[in-house]
Amino acid sequence: MSQGPAERPFVQVRDLRRIFDVSKPWLNRVLERAPRQYLKAVDGVSFDIRRGETFALVGESGSGKSTVARMVVGLLPPSDGTVSIAGISMNDVNVAQERQRLRRRIQMIFQDPYASLNPRWRVGRIIAEPIRAFGIVHGEADITGRVGELLTLVGLHPDDAGKFPHEFSGGQRQRIAIARALASNAEFIVCDEPTSALDVSVQAQILNLMRDLQQRFGLTYLFISHNLAVVRHMATRIGVMYLGRLVEVSEGKQLFSHPRHPYTRMLLDAVPDLAMVGKAREGVKGEIPNPISPPSGCTFHPRCPLVFERCRIESPPVIDGVACHAVNQGRIAAA
Amino acid sequence: MMPQDLVPPVLSVRDLTVEFVTRRGTLRALDAISFDIARGEVLGVVGESGAGKSVTGSAIIGLIDPPGRIAGGEVVLSGERIDNLPPDAMRKVRGKRIGMIFQDPLTSLNPLYRISEQLIETIRTHTDLNAADARKRAIALLDEVGIPAPERRIDGYPHEFSGGMRQRVVIALALCAEPEFIIADEPTTALDVSVQAQIIALIKRLCKERGTSVMLVTHDMGVIAETADRVAVMYAGRIVEIGPVRDVVKQPLHPYAKGLMGAIPSLEGDAERLVQIPGAMPRLQAIPPGCAFNPRCEKAFARCHVERPELVQLGDRKVACHLYDQPQSSRDKAEIAA
Repeated sequence: MSQGPAERPFVQVRDLRRIFDVSKPWLNRVLERAPRQYLKAVDGVSFDIRRGETFALVGESGSGKSTVARMVVGLLPPSDGTVSIAGISMNDVNVAQERQRLRRRIQMIFQDPYASLNPRWRVGRIIAEPIRAFGIVHGEADITGRVGELLTLVGLHPDDAGKFPHEFSGGQRQRIAIARALASNAEFIVCDEPTSALDVSVQAQILNLMRDLQQRFGLTYLFISHNLAVVRHMATRIGVMYLGRLVEVSEGKQLFSHPRHPYTRMLLDAVPDLAMVGKAREGVKGEIPNPISPPSGCTFHPRCPLVFERCRIESPPVIDGVACHAVNQGRIAAA
Repeated sequence: MMPQDLVPPVLSVRDLTVEFVTRRGTLRALDAISFDIARGEVLGVVGESGAGKSVTGSAIIGLIDPPGRIAGGEVVLSGERIDNLPPDAMRKVRGKRIGMIFQDPLTSLNPLYRISEQLIETIRTHTDLNAADARKRAIALLDEVGIPAPERRIDGYPHEFSGGMRQRVVIALALCAEPEFIIADEPTTALDVSVQAQIIALIKRLCKERGTSVMLVTHDMGVIAETADRVAVMYAGRIVEIGPVRDVVKQPLHPYAKGLMGAIPSLEGDAERLVQIPGAMPRLQAIPPGCAFNPRCEKAFARCHVERPELVQLGDRKVACHLYDQPQSSRDKAEIAA
């Protein structure tokens, strides 16, 4: 990767794991002699995010992208592995105070703007909450002024502060969520499917707004989406996830022009696109397996057209951005 | 398309109007829409939430619940008018002659009954097969929609199937009575892309093999581009552009259709910014006079604020926009070229 040795990445995720206990209740286990069951939602994920870039995670449902996002912001403790942001560990107890100061610099935007805004609070109070909580601005008049500024920034009117969330459309609510994220002067924003609940024309407005704000404030985004076209539009670099693992990390556009991992290729072939009018497409085989009992070796091997013996036994390590035996052994030519 | 002129269309909708009577006045959810679907044809219906896509589907199968009502127009299925049938007769049309596929396969299947029971019940309701033959037919249908080991899987419950497999079961249910026409309302929205591709391929194959016509309602232009033969773009309860999918997707004429296509991020091309349509779709209570799109349209001129544009034929397609009203003016030629 093209990373200067002097500059430390803004966000460093190393060997992140999260295991959920999905066992049946104790009594059932005893009666049915069922063993405990574990689901490896995230299984050894490592990546870096540079300051000012958009790092995107794509994958189908159940691939663990949202779990990674939650662990990065600290909403969910990892089972293993580390996350450090701006050099401060998110799970080291010794730096608890520094982490507290770091928290305000990290914000999250959620998928459903109908669920992420308190319906009983006026918009002004919603946006002012982080300002008050972190003591960024003092004095009511100044707080109101700052809220007005933020609303203008995201394309709403300062007077909208007096309204309730239900008075706004989905796109406007997502603007409010963005204003709230910016209220604490956040530098790093984790966006979990920020536009998948929105109509396409509104999605375009929100994506454009997010880009403008990134350029203006030098924001760093971790962008989670299942929509490859949206990711291509937004991302500087992209990580593709499959069953809790990162199978490929690539520079934005390159992933689309030169996909390497067979899963990435399959995924790209599957996306319906405007350019596909009247064209026949290649069939896609199978579905994501049950993550409670994932296949042995490379978890993609039952669906992989390039599978060979080693894939069934040995889980491929990430080498040069791809986790695939076939690619590493040079069995597929670069596309 | 050409066959329409020779063979009567499978479905013909004329001036269909749906209104919802509320305390604050009557809301017009569908405003005199007309279209035809030929045999074996897939008509895509796109538009944003609230454009009236799903209401169109519900109106065709007579499932508009009060306070909604069909306030005008007619729906003709293979030459027979069906919008004024009594409820009993309509129930026979539904399922038998018109199949339905909905967005969420879990809500279309009863979680308490085995797949076999649901399929066999549907088959026996609409045909006079006995139980054993109906079961054979159900297995054949599951096989046709691509469910592996159907003899064994047929006795499973819906929760034992994955999302993609469930949607296949729903498609099999829709096919039970060999309907001539299927309404698919967002059939792939709840599915992952790789599974979505399989379902699209399945729907396409069934249309080809069985000659079934499909009305495909979705907000995903990519799905339309791949599946549909023709596409209708809806806005605020009206069709603003309808025509062959190649024309409408690649060179949309109506400013709304243009904006909609430009707003979609693509896997090709290098747009730094997406085309942005300012504002949002008007609410039904406040549809502006004249062209409903005029407040958001950058090409709007005086006439757009007062006079409502009608759909006019333009080559293979129809467009409802004052920019294209007078084919003789040079302005349109410039527009079409652009």
